[in-house]
Amino acid sequence: MATEKARTQTIGAVRRSFAPWTDPAATPLIRFDNVVKRFGEFTAVDHVSIDIYEREFFALLGPSGCGKTTLMRMLAGFEEPTEGRVLLAGQDLAGVPPYRRPVNMMFQSYALFPHMSVAENIAFGPKQLGMPKGEIAGRVAEMLKLVKLEKFAQRKPHQLSGGQRQRVALARSLATRPKVLLLDEPLGALDKKLREETQFELMDLQMDLGMTFLIVTHDQEEAMTVADRIAVMNNGVLVQVAPPSTIYEAPATRYVADFIGDVNMLECKVESCANGDVHLASSVTPAPIEIAQSVEANPGDTAWLAIRPEKMRISLDAPADMTRNCFTGEIWDIGYLGDLSIYHVELPCGTPISRAWWSGRFPGKTRFSSPSRRAPAWS
Amino acid sequence: MNKNLSWFNVTSLALGFAFLYIPILLLVIYSFNASRLVTVWAGFSFQWYVSLFQNEQLIDAAWVTLRVAFISSLVATVLGTMAALALTRYGRFFGRTLFSGMTYAPLVMPEVITGLSLLLLFVAVGFERGFWTITLAHITFTLCFVAVVVQSRLVTFDRSLEEAALDLGCPPFKTFFTITLPLILPAVLSGFMLAFTLSLDDLVIASFTTGPGATTLPMRIYSQVRLGVTPEINAACSILIGVVTVAVIIASIATKRAEKLRASEERAAARG
Repeated sequence: MATEKARTQTIGAVRRSFAPWTDPAATPLIRFDNVVKRFGEFTAVDHVSIDIYEREFFALLGPSGCGKTTLMRMLAGFEEPTEGRVLLAGQDLAGVPPYRRPVNMMFQSYALFPHMSVAENIAFGPKQLGMPKGEIAGRVAEMLKLVKLEKFAQRKPHQLSGGQRQRVALARSLATRPKVLLLDEPLGALDKKLREETQFELMDLQMDLGMTFLIVTHDQEEAMTVADRIAVMNNGVLVQVAPPSTIYEAPATRYVADFIGDVNMLECKVESCANGDVHLASSVTPAPIEIAQSVEANPGDTAWLAIRPEKMRISLDAPADMTRNCFTGEIWDIGYLGDLSIYHVELPCGTPISRAWWSGRFPGKTRFSSPSRRAPAWS
Repeated sequence: MNKNLSWFNVTSLALGFAFLYIPILLLVIYSFNASRLVTVWAGFSFQWYVSLFQNEQLIDAAWVTLRVAFISSLVATVLGTMAALALTRYGRFFGRTLFSGMTYAPLVMPEVITGLSLLLLFVAVGFERGFWTITLAHITFTLCFVAVVVQSRLVTFDRSLEEAALDLGCPPFKTFFTITLPLILPAVLSGFMLAFTLSLDDLVIASFTTGPGATTLPMRIYSQVRLGVTPEINAACSILIGVVTVAVIIASIATKRAEKLRASEERAAARG
């Protein structure tokens, strides 16, 4: 138990100190250079530039149809960019067919060869490289051990469960020791519990192998969990590239704020802006709103205030300091989720319905008969 | 399974089967007839089977038919599979609609027209008619059946399997033979079987494109029937029916067994 904890702490420490993207001297392993991909009239990827560094766990995040899979397929070699370049270790990949790229992909459907056993599936890649027979056997055994499927070597894919198939697919794509592993929605077909376990397994594996992983996902929790950095995409355009904490705490646009996690959006007017202190006024509350964010704004601008639910505090009595950053409203609904509860609060002007999470700091068994007038406050 | 088989269901089932199988049953029964006259029963006998195997004309015709069927269905399977691949894989290439229309035209074309046009072609280019012209003609008209069968399999084929092979360093040509072909093999084989049986019992196109020295079994039977049905022909047909029936039964048992095995293994995997 203790060693387990120590190990997690080291990994955490390594992860925190790993930030090659802040080092201007570091050369990226993968570079998408102003890449455009059009399918007829439709622009799937629109002038995207991303640098991905060695040993990085990088996530492409966005709703379906945002171009993230197309971007990955251009790296794998299944699509050629219409404009721009894709570079791997400084080499332009244009015209290099997929079977000559040192990049392997784990497919969403796993794409296991149904007529081959688990061992044959894993041996497929090394065989293509012309590895000697004995070495292939050793590599297969090593991979089976890595994904804990030693007993299943002779099974056919249809004799495995979903989670086992996923691990075979992972082992197969790692067997040739590619420079980069691409994961296309790798956990999409697993149930929630297994998915969460597998996310941590993937992180450990990436750390142990010291490889570069590029994952495509539409699941923001998955991206937040596994990735060193996340690129949020929408409609083929890159919206923000940043570590998970930056994406969450300082989203670049309304789209990112809304897409990652739960958020309350309020339209405000900028009153003043100086030294990182922004004063806002909103029609939903008479009290002024003061925030400490380094943003450029002019008085009179319209601004959108995004408040994370867990950063709000709800109280039944009016807070002592009612001069700033507080709202009054009525609690409409409470959703009890165990570790936290979701409060639906309607603000007095009627329209904006706010949502607050609150992790059980209400005294005991207080129940509200909704609708009842209460005073939620936040700071 | 269904306990309340109504009298209506029973009757329609019986009528249906009677309609389908009484003619065939009659043929088989009369092939064991001792009499020379086809319609008069004179006791049980194997004599027509014996004389069948002494009839060199019929044996020759059967041999020609089998060779034509084997060669033509083999070539048709290769060409039909290639056509199916081109039609499913290469999206919208120039002339795709025309190509697919032309592949399937022989499917609906009256055999007389196919036969006549092939005859005209062979005459025009001065090709000596015989064994090879029949074979060529059979390739032409069975190719589209193979293409249809293989294409229906390719439509449901998961392309990511091929992409995975490419991704793992396998060049396209090798990918086709190690991944695609083994997986579509059942469809290719059933296309081959279909082409083989179509070629085996074709009369019209073979009659148009044949020449001296190349007579297929259906042509021989047809020409003999015109002179009067002999019980020998009945015996020949009974053997054909027997062979086909056994083949069909074996094939269906094999598929059922494979399916059952697969289903039970999948259940076992799902349990963990």
